[in-house]
Amino acid sequence: MPRVEGARLSGRTRPANTFTQFIRLLRRNVLGAIGAGIVLALVLIALAAAWLSPFDPNAQVGTRLTPAAPPFWLGLDQLGRDELSRLIYGTRTALIISTFSVALALLVGGGLGLLAGFYRGWLDVVAMRLMDVLFTLPSIILAIALAGILGATLQNVVLAIAIVTAPGLARIARAPTLVVREMDFVIGARACGAGDLRILARHVLPNVLAPMIVQVTVCIAAAIIIEASLGFLGLGVPPPAVSWGNMLGTGRQFLELANGLTILPGLAIMITVLGFNFAGDGLRDILDPRLRTST
Amino acid sequence: MRLLRQILSALGAAFALSVLVFVLIRLIPGDAVTLWVGQEGSMPPQVQDTLRRMFGLDEPIYQEYLHWLVDVLRGDLGYSFRSRLPVAPALLAALPYTLELAIGATLVSTLVAVPLGVLSAVRRNSGLDLCARLLALVGLSMPTFWIGVLLILVCSAAFHWLPSLTYTGLFENPAENVQQMFLPALTLALPLMAVMMRMTRSAVLEVLGQDYVRTARAKGIAQRPVLVGHTLPNAAIPLVTVLGIQLGQLLGGAVIVEQIFGVPGLGTVLISAITQRDYPVVQGVILLTGLTFIFIQLLVDISYGYLDPRVQHT
Repeated sequence: MPRVEGARLSGRTRPANTFTQFIRLLRRNVLGAIGAGIVLALVLIALAAAWLSPFDPNAQVGTRLTPAAPPFWLGLDQLGRDELSRLIYGTRTALIISTFSVALALLVGGGLGLLAGFYRGWLDVVAMRLMDVLFTLPSIILAIALAGILGATLQNVVLAIAIVTAPGLARIARAPTLVVREMDFVIGARACGAGDLRILARHVLPNVLAPMIVQVTVCIAAAIIIEASLGFLGLGVPPPAVSWGNMLGTGRQFLELANGLTILPGLAIMITVLGFNFAGDGLRDILDPRLRTST
Repeated sequence: MRLLRQILSALGAAFALSVLVFVLIRLIPGDAVTLWVGQEGSMPPQVQDTLRRMFGLDEPIYQEYLHWLVDVLRGDLGYSFRSRLPVAPALLAALPYTLELAIGATLVSTLVAVPLGVLSAVRRNSGLDLCARLLALVGLSMPTFWIGVLLILVCSAAFHWLPSLTYTGLFENPAENVQQMFLPALTLALPLMAVMMRMTRSAVLEVLGQDYVRTARAKGIAQRPVLVGHTLPNAAIPLVTVLGIQLGQLLGGAVIVEQIFGVPGLGTVLISAITQRDYPVVQGVILLTGLTFIFIQLLVDISYGYLDPRVQHT
């Protein structure tokens, strides 16, 4: 009798539900796939920058502010450098800085959050208070101050972005660890004689990985914006590295003469960030099925 | 009791901030005197030593910190290396512009994003919902400075409007001030709108799925009263949290927007101080921004008690 009722109940609700859910998932994952495609394309562009770009991004190859026409497909900038080549090399800077800084933040912040959540006690208190201190400043202000004080070099920009990214990752890593460490399977593993390291690596980490991966894509997107903002303010990576933010910041002075110099780098930043955001949304759907119904 | 605890926690954060700012400035190689000398040219070593004693730079670092803290509590943020003027009054003159930008942006984006988010949630998966969500994702991906430059580009082409070269204070001439500040505030508001719209949507969706909303509907209450009376007050709670965090980030965004539009706020002061290596000013701006940030969080924290009576009993 209960089975029949259950069947009838699901028979009434399921078709509409699964259908809309399927459509939603497909629509979401189309965006996710687009995002992944954009990210993949950007990685390829960054890797093949030397082959793809028609000119040296730092060489003057013609008259300043030449409008777009072959062989300068996107025109020349205020110093007569090829805009297309600079955009291509900018991909490399954006991806390298964001990846390295988020990797560093993940290692330090994520690792600290994991350990803090697992061991609790004084480590938890110290680590989390330390992260809270960094939360007392808006992230861009902290990044500006760090880059400005340490001096704008590639390493310092990476360090500055890593420092502002780490607290968020620490919190994201700590919260699920607190829950997982109390789970039966962790107690079971301990009863079987597993050491801390084994429990952390084999039982805790896999369970906190999903939210971490999603957060990492979001952090990369944010790191790209911070890098571009620093570049825009003239506090980013110094030449010969090419930064989209810096291109936009300097090109802005020629807004009436050549608006492409401000529109194109901005477009590049937006597409890149959008790619990572889409990919992050898609990953969230795949990795965390619970969120499918609520969002 | 709760209020006292919140204030204490904010004071703790302010203390942490002061340590952070103090340490941050001491990351710079050389002390204040060498930096000062660096800008003055040469100075006999004896004079340098006298200066160090005068400013207490020969003390152990914790004593130096305490002296600095006492000065800060008295409202003395030191003197600018560049202008030789006290830092605090200069910052207080710049602060209103930044606050106005941040508050203006919050108002504009709340007025647009909250209704849009509610509508998006109520008409879930409609054309409007999809458009709004896609726009929000795009908005999230646009750097603030690009939005600002694009707005200038569009407005100068369409209305021959250009950012003004000088700015009038809000209380000197409100009409002129609002006219000047509207575009910068809008620039700052657009990314916030995207965040808030997404947050409102998911908060409203969450509440709409609750039992008490179903009960209200089952009682035969119409859509509008259900929304206004049952859904929105509960959806407001997570929204205010996000707003608090975002308002703090807005202070950061304002730095960049001020640069684009030439608004003489804290951000402009910070950037010029950094490029001129005017560290007392850098220190002051960071401290003031952080304190404002902490104060906003405190206000958000306190407002919970009013939005969510359950909080007061825990």
